[in-house]
Amino acid sequence: MRRLLIAIPYLWLLALFLVPFGIVLKIALSDAALAIPPYTPTLALDEGWQSVREFLSQLDLENFVFLGEDALYWKAYWSSIQIAFVSTVLTLLVGYPMAYAMARAPRRWQPALIMLVILPFWTSFLIRVYAWIGILSNEGYLNQALLAIGLIDQPLALLNTNVAVHIGIVYTYLPFLVLPIYATLERLDESLLDAARDLGCSRTRAFWSVTLPLSRPGIIAGCLLVFIPVIGEFVIPSVLGGSDTLMIGKVLWNEFFANRDWPVASAVAVVLLFILIIPIMLFQHSAMDKREVTA
Amino acid sequence: MKRMSPFNVVSLTVGFAFLYLPILLLVIYSFNASQLVTVWAGFSTRWYGELLQNEAFLDAAWVTLKVGLLSSVVATMLGTMAAFALARGGRFRGRTLFSGMVYAPIVMPEIITGLSLLLLFISLGVPRGVFTVVLAHATFSMCFVCVVVSARLSTFDRSLEEAALDLGCTPWDAFRSVTLPIIAPAVIAGWLLAFTLSLDDLVIASFTTGPSATTLPIKVYSSIRLGVSPEINALSTLIIGLVTVGILVASVVNKGALLGARNT
Repeated sequence: MRRLLIAIPYLWLLALFLVPFGIVLKIALSDAALAIPPYTPTLALDEGWQSVREFLSQLDLENFVFLGEDALYWKAYWSSIQIAFVSTVLTLLVGYPMAYAMARAPRRWQPALIMLVILPFWTSFLIRVYAWIGILSNEGYLNQALLAIGLIDQPLALLNTNVAVHIGIVYTYLPFLVLPIYATLERLDESLLDAARDLGCSRTRAFWSVTLPLSRPGIIAGCLLVFIPVIGEFVIPSVLGGSDTLMIGKVLWNEFFANRDWPVASAVAVVLLFILIIPIMLFQHSAMDKREVTA
Repeated sequence: MKRMSPFNVVSLTVGFAFLYLPILLLVIYSFNASQLVTVWAGFSTRWYGELLQNEAFLDAAWVTLKVGLLSSVVATMLGTMAAFALARGGRFRGRTLFSGMVYAPIVMPEIITGLSLLLLFISLGVPRGVFTVVLAHATFSMCFVCVVVSARLSTFDRSLEEAALDLGCTPWDAFRSVTLPIIAPAVIAGWLLAFTLSLDDLVIASFTTGPSATTLPIKVYSSIRLGVSPEINALSTLIIGLVTVGILVASVVNKGALLGARNT
């Protein structure tokens, strides 16, 4: 019974999560063939060692060399990391004060406030990104409002720029950051703050030297929950970004659906995964720490 | 009771305005009579009427609902089992790998998950359609279910189960009459999360579906590429309305469990 309980989800994840990565790796290492599906060697284990050796000899790093030589890919990785980093910082700047204010709000309001943060998260991601097209476009509500109050004479070009991408990311990922930070702030022992005050700290000083360090686990978890998925984000740059918004998720999508070059798309995915391994492990570490604490 | 400082009040007001204003504008302008989305020309429900006559959207909605229901049920069963395996399984072999596989899909960019699953289905020669999307969605949402149920299991008082066993229950009876009722809110919350994740997914569905099964997000995505349209505003309003009502009802029915779900 216990074995079955472990085995079923285990095998499911092995078959549908781990094995597929193996296949991606394999295809990334193989040549593009003209046939469909466009990749060549398949491992035929029943033919014994001969086929394994043959298989290994066919593997090459051609696709990775190709990625390395073409500046487009490096630029796309680098710009994804930059966009993700800037957006994470912006999300933190908006989200931390919110989480802080929520934790300081009267107890009986807190469930309602949490609900208000969560609710947008449950409604469609795509729709929430779409909502910004109407706001940011040249004839959009924001430009209408700014023109009406006379702050600008000409509509600002916001849609199809990186500014729009940043706004979209902050907007859609905000709940991911607010909730973990709120969770740490809410548990914060207030007597520590009283102690800091008694010892002559100003409010500001107490915040910087007590509250902020103690909320670090929440900040780290929240930032990783934003940073990691944003690096591979596809929907936001393709809906709100412009033709010069370079993000690796978009490149991968085009490589796959437009150019139909599967080996290159796979190689792009493998490199992306390598970039993400360290942040993902950090995230798992913090998620498991949390489990240990609550257990 | 403490008074909130002006700074905190401002943070909350600005934060929530930022979160809700875009949705509010979308809803208001779905009742706009004009074809031009950004120019108000009077109240009308015209776009809702046109939406309900759009066969392509209705078909896509039906496919999405089917995929959502099937995948969320599978994900709930697998995710609950995984949560039990992690909480009660002890130190079995490959535990680290297992917990890694449970947490990784949560932050993994969808584009990688989608690509890898598609390549799996192709190398196995599985024809793509509703079935493959269900498998894909069940796989990533089971991880979310597992996290939600694990959170509940970690605060679970095991002596209750032990008491049931001491009083002569079989392990199955103890599970059914003690454990299940206690974790039920988390399981329901997990199911709801799996269901909404499936309804919402564009990227993984785009990779794993075939021409026979176009889901609603795929349909919506291809039409918003052409710009804003009042029909999409109407559709969005319907979806937002349904989800909001669903979440509010669920949260009243089992207070707290949903909050716990999102907190993990």
